[in-house]
Amino acid sequence: MVKERELSTNEREFVIEAIQQGLRVDGRSLEAQRDISVTYGDDFGNVQVTYGSTQVLAQVSCEVMRPFPDRPTEGFLTIATELSAMAAPNFEVVGRSEEEVLINRHIEKTLRRSRAIDTEGLCIVAGEKVWSVRIDLHFLDHDGNLLDAACYAAIHALAHFRRPDVTVVGDEVTVHPVDERNPVPLTIHHYPLCVTFAFFEQGQAYVVDPTFLEEQVCQGRMSVSVNSHREICAISKTGGVPLDPDTILQCTQLATELTHRMLPIKVPEGPSTTAMVQD
Amino acid sequence: MSTVPTLVIPGDTLPIADGEVTLRLGPGLTQTGNTVQAVQAGRVQHNPHGNRWWVNSSKKRYVPSTGEPVIGTVVGRSADYYRVDIGSAHSALLPVLAFEGATKRNRPNLNVGAVVYGRLTLAHTYMEPEIECYNSTTGKADGYGELQGGFVIQVSLHLCQRLMNPSTKVLDVLGSHIPLDVAVGLNGRIWIHTDSTKNTIAAANAIRHSEFLDASECHAMVKRIISTTHTSEPMETD
Repeated sequence: MVKERELSTNEREFVIEAIQQGLRVDGRSLEAQRDISVTYGDDFGNVQVTYGSTQVLAQVSCEVMRPFPDRPTEGFLTIATELSAMAAPNFEVVGRSEEEVLINRHIEKTLRRSRAIDTEGLCIVAGEKVWSVRIDLHFLDHDGNLLDAACYAAIHALAHFRRPDVTVVGDEVTVHPVDERNPVPLTIHHYPLCVTFAFFEQGQAYVVDPTFLEEQVCQGRMSVSVNSHREICAISKTGGVPLDPDTILQCTQLATELTHRMLPIKVPEGPSTTAMVQD
Repeated sequence: MSTVPTLVIPGDTLPIADGEVTLRLGPGLTQTGNTVQAVQAGRVQHNPHGNRWWVNSSKKRYVPSTGEPVIGTVVGRSADYYRVDIGSAHSALLPVLAFEGATKRNRPNLNVGAVVYGRLTLAHTYMEPEIECYNSTTGKADGYGELQGGFVIQVSLHLCQRLMNPSTKVLDVLGSHIPLDVAVGLNGRIWIHTDSTKNTIAAANAIRHSEFLDASECHAMVKRIISTTHTSEPMETD
């Protein structure tokens, strides 16, 4: 197994000293995100997102399945994350790391539990046929804040995705191939985005969208998902320094503002176009 | 001697060995029988002083080569040597006596996490690399040793090779704006120390952005970064 690069005392102290002075080592302000770009691929539902040098690729796919007998009208929304050695050499090839599980769970909370994609809307014939939508998230390069990039990629990919059209006549279900009838977009009720904070100075100082270096030095992280209606969809803080209620409020306020700036999501009609979302 | 290609790919033969003059082959070149072959894709470099030949290529993985200056982090210590991470596949050994003026009684005290600037004395495919923090012929430090304070940035190996070339202007230009200490390791790490945090960040960003700029572009870029730093506005990332 490849070990993570050991951080020197000099780097650690410098990052902390800079944050005490309100500076960040890449020249950003404490409350600024990195440059974010979105590239739409050749297929529907294929999106690549970069946050600085962090890169995530999302691909949405769907198939018709039989629902669970106890939930006959509910479709499936699966989120598959793959945190491989492609992103950083210290990620193991086999098994799911704790970090991967946390990313997966937060995206699930953001998208499914907030009903951004309503699983009942994926039903074709109750008890017989439902859509199973799957989001594959591949982490291509790791420079910190994988979660925000993954969440952004996932929601863009869902908005960009088109499923085959279906007609139901009596008991007969016809799935029309893409070349026969235009595929239709999924129903997305709201667009939640995620903003991550890293805390320093016993929770007294924080930065938005931490880089890998800042993640290594920080004393704790918190992720907040907010949608276009300024509603908090998910919030997670796994370990780290305890925070004041004031700090949490301040962070959610900032997350709302940043999310508001990144919305609405405008997806191109046809595949294969690049859109710069934020400079 | 026929003309030497400027760009090579692995397997190319370089017509530089004529059997009479001594050649010193650096990274990217190997001797096969009586011919010199490239083992890396890149640009052929030549220094007539000592008839040195090597290949510069853009990569991030560091492969140690004897005589190269490197920046490492101390990751372990034992009675006779420090273990130093220099970014290669295996960590390097740094004997505690390989410092200026070090004796068995008077040995340097480095903690885990300290940054050192050293020179590779042993770089062999099948052995752990070894470094030293002094010039073993003169016994002087020659600028090597522990690097205190400052900040270390990780860049491509190509940028480090470029900074070692005296015709690369970015460090001169930076030096005319802010006083700074810089140590360049050929393992892709650069240590920067200035009088203030703000200046160190500015210098780090200027060096990072200088990789593909020529002298005049460097002037403009450094000026822009320095002026945004001194108006105390947060710098625009680009």
